[in-house]
Amino acid sequence: MKKLKNLKLILGIVVMVIYSIFFVLIQTGALNPYYGQILIVLGINIILAVSLNLVIGFTGQLALGHAGFMSIGGYTAAIMSLNYNLPFFISLVIGGLVSAVIGFLIGMPILRLKGDYLAITTLGFGEIIRVAVVNMDFLGGPRGLAGIPKKTNFTWVYFITLFTVIIIYNIIRSPYGRAMLSIREDEIASESMGINTTKFKMMAFVIASFFAGIAGGLYAHQFMFLDPKSFDFLKSFEILTFVVFGGMGSLSGSLMATTVLTYLPEVLRTFAEYRMIIYAASLVMLMLFRPQGIMGNKEINLVHIKEFILCKLLRKCKKKGGAFNVTIEG
Amino acid sequence: MEIIQQLLNGLALGSVYALIAIGYTMVYGIIKLINFAHGDIYMAGAYFGYVAVARLNLGFIPALILAMTLSALLGIIIEKVAYKRLRNSPRITLLITAIGMSLLLENGFRLIFGPNPKPFPELLKTKIFHLGSLRINNIQLIIFAVSIVLVIILEYIVFKTKTGKAMRASSYDIEAAKLMGINVDKIISLTFAIGSALAGAGGILVGIAYPRIEPYMGIMPGLKAFVAAVLGGIGVLPGAMLGGLVMGVAETFTKAFISTKLSDAIIFSILIVVLIVKPDGLLGKQIKEKV
Repeated sequence: MKKLKNLKLILGIVVMVIYSIFFVLIQTGALNPYYGQILIVLGINIILAVSLNLVIGFTGQLALGHAGFMSIGGYTAAIMSLNYNLPFFISLVIGGLVSAVIGFLIGMPILRLKGDYLAITTLGFGEIIRVAVVNMDFLGGPRGLAGIPKKTNFTWVYFITLFTVIIIYNIIRSPYGRAMLSIREDEIASESMGINTTKFKMMAFVIASFFAGIAGGLYAHQFMFLDPKSFDFLKSFEILTFVVFGGMGSLSGSLMATTVLTYLPEVLRTFAEYRMIIYAASLVMLMLFRPQGIMGNKEINLVHIKEFILCKLLRKCKKKGGAFNVTIEG
Repeated sequence: MEIIQQLLNGLALGSVYALIAIGYTMVYGIIKLINFAHGDIYMAGAYFGYVAVARLNLGFIPALILAMTLSALLGIIIEKVAYKRLRNSPRITLLITAIGMSLLLENGFRLIFGPNPKPFPELLKTKIFHLGSLRINNIQLIIFAVSIVLVIILEYIVFKTKTGKAMRASSYDIEAAKLMGINVDKIISLTFAIGSALAGAGGILVGIAYPRIEPYMGIMPGLKAFVAAVLGGIGVLPGAMLGGLVMGVAETFTKAFISTKLSDAIIFSILIVVLIVKPDGLLGKQIKEKV
C-alpha cells in the first residue's frame, strides 16, 4: 500500500514537472506559438481519443459519430460565451452536459443495435448533427460561427486532459468499468450473468459524449471560429484512428498514438502534397503489420517501466517469467 | 406530374447508387467488411473514363469497358494488398484499413490529377424527349439501360454459372465452402472485381450525367450507397438494388419538395428508422444470434 502511494506521488510530480516545463517554455516564447497551438490541439485530441476508447475499446461498441458530439459541445459552449457571457469553465461544462444529454437521447434507440449497424447509425447521426447545425441560422449556418472569445490556453487544456484521463482510468478500474469490459468480451454471456448491458453501454456512451463536448468547447475557444464542415465524419474517423493506432482498450496507447498522429502531419508538412498519402499509407501499413495497435490492450504504468528497466537494462530480474512483459513497438 | 418527373430523376440517380451498393453488399456478404474504399473506386472509375475519353478519344462503349476493367483491377489489387492478410483479424481492423485505403485513393488521385474539379468531356449530345409534360433526356435513358444490362449480367453470373454458385456458397459459409474444394481466394478476388467494375461503371455514368469530377466525389455517394445496401438488407443482391432506387428517389424528392440542404439528413434518418424498426433491412433475412 505504501508502495502504491509512493508511485502516485512520483506520478503527480512527473505530471507537474512536465506542466511547468511546457508552461515556462510557452511563457518565455522559447516554444513558438505554432508549436504551442499544436500542444493544445494535442490535448483536445487526447480527450477525444480517450473518451472514444471508453466506448470502442473498453465497451466494444463501434461508434463513429464522435465528431458530432464534439460539435454539439463546441457550439453550445461558444453560444454560452457569446450570448450569455458566462465564465469559460461554466460554458465548457454546459457544452459537455448538452452533448451528454443528446448522447443519451440518441443512445436510447440506437444502442440496441450491434456491430456494423451501430457503426453506420452513429455515423448517420454524426452527419445529421452536422446538417442540423448548417440549417440553424443562429449558429451561423454554413458560414460558420465567428467571433468566439479566445479563452483556451495551455493550462486549461493540460489540466482538463489530465482530469479526463484520470476519470476514464478510474471508471475502467471500477465495477462499472469491469461490467463494460465484460460486455466487450461477450455481450450475451455478461447479460446472462445479470449485467444490465443497455445501462452500461449507455453509461459509456454518455460519458464519452460529455468529454467530446468538453473537447469541442476547448476547440471553439482556441480557434475562435467553428465551421460545421470541420466536424464531418472524416473527423470522427480521425479520432477512431487515434484509438485504433494506440490499441483498443489501452489508455496509454491512446496517449501515444494521439501524440504521434497529431505531430506526424505537421512534420510531414514540408512534403506538402505527399503528406496525406504518407499518412494514409502508414495507417494501412500499421494495420497490416500490427493490427492490434501500438499497445494492444496492455497499459504502461510505473511498475511496468520499473520492471522493464530493472530486468531488461540492468539484468536484475526479480522473478523468472514475470507477469509483465511490456515491449514498446511501433 | 411533377411527382412523376421527380420519380424519373430519382430512379436515374438511384440506379447509380444501386450499382455502387451492389459492390458493397457482395463484399460484405462474403468477408463481412464494410469496404469504405468502394466509394473511391467509383471515383476512380470516373477518372478512368475521363482519361479514356479525353486522352485516348474513345467512344462511350469502349470507354465504359476500359473504365470497368481498370476499376476491377484496382479492386483486386486493393483486396490483395490490404485486405487479404487481415481476413481473420477483428472486424474493426479491417474497417480501419478500408478507411486508410479510401484516404490513400483519394489523395493518390488528387496527386495525379490535381485537386481541382475537372470537366468531364461531352461524350454524348444531350437530347430531351417529351412524353406529354414529362421530360426525359437520353443520358438518363442510357443510365437506365446500362444499369439494367449490367444487373442482368450480374444476375446471370451469380445465379446461373458455376462460379456464381461458388460465390453464393462462400457467402453462406466460407469455411464449409473451403472444405468443399472451392478456391475461396479466387472467389473473393472475383467478388471484388465484379463489385469494383460496377462501381466504375457508376462513376463513368455519373461523369456523363453531371460533367464534373474531383478526387473527393466518391465520399458521399459511397456513403449513400452503403446506406442503400443496409436499407435493402446487407448481403442480399436484390436488396441493394431496391435500396439504391429508394435512396435515389428519396434524395430527389427531398431536394424537390422539402429542402436541398436537408437531403443528407433525411437519407440518414430513413436509415435509422429502418434499422430500429426492421434491423435486417427491407429484404434481409432474420438471423438469430446463437451463444
